[in-house]
Amino acid sequence: MSVELILFYLFAAIAVVSALFVITARNVVHSAVGLAATLLSVAGIFLTLHAEFLAGVQVIVYVGGILVLFVFVIMLISVERSAYERQFNRQWAVALTTSILLIGELGFVLWRGNDGLALAPPVGPVESVLGVTGNSQLVGESLYGQYLLPFEIASILLLVAIIGSVALSKRKTQPEQP
Amino acid sequence: MISIQHYLILGAMLFTIGVVGVLTRRNIMIILMSIELMMNAVNINLIAFSSRLGEVSGQVFAIFVITVAAAEAAVGLGIVIAMFRNKETMNINEIDLMKW
Repeated sequence: MSVELILFYLFAAIAVVSALFVITARNVVHSAVGLAATLLSVAGIFLTLHAEFLAGVQVIVYVGGILVLFVFVIMLISVERSAYERQFNRQWAVALTTSILLIGELGFVLWRGNDGLALAPPVGPVESVLGVTGNSQLVGESLYGQYLLPFEIASILLLVAIIGSVALSKRKTQPEQP
Repeated sequence: MISIQHYLILGAMLFTIGVVGVLTRRNIMIILMSIELMMNAVNINLIAFSSRLGEVSGQVFAIFVITVAAAEAAVGLGIVIAMFRNKETMNINEIDLMKW
């Protein structure tokens, strides 16, 4: 077993176990810690795929940005009461049916498409084909070249999200009492 | 080299865990976290195919998925705060104002 495969199994096991912890934990803060472990091990999975830039983006944006936002909101709203309530819906039958259907569907696709997934190995490293070095430069050239318009649209999406979240969470000014 | 099926199975497992979390939990924060889990599963698949095909487009799309996830988290948590201010609860069963 190669080192690469051992690393993959390690990160995959951490990711799946802590994802299960996210959806079963009683305290929301414990869920957030489990989500952090999942996101960090997914970054490790990206490293085994030689997507170094995406691994960095995963750590900086997901763990450093989105997860910290989650923790801030958990701090703002009280969690004491919700930890003692019933945690799960009474729709486990629907959830069980849906998840079995989903697993069956994905497994069927993987089983039937197994031959099609035997991909031909890429012709040499991508870097040597395009004459650029490194994953970051490769992603950057593609992002600012071929995908420039979607990149600008994504920036507009972020602007709309900023305005929307400020408008949603702004406290309405009370009319002055006479 | 690790075969692509490993990554696809890992993505399928994470996605299914996210679906089960969205369907069964009552706490709205954990539902939002489960949505993040599903987006991560999609990213694993995109980057696995991108790496195995020697094509960088999948990684660019993964960046767009992360952008959408950030926007969704910001707006979703804004809604959570606005709702908590009105109803004092995080339980989605009590948030039924628009339910007929």
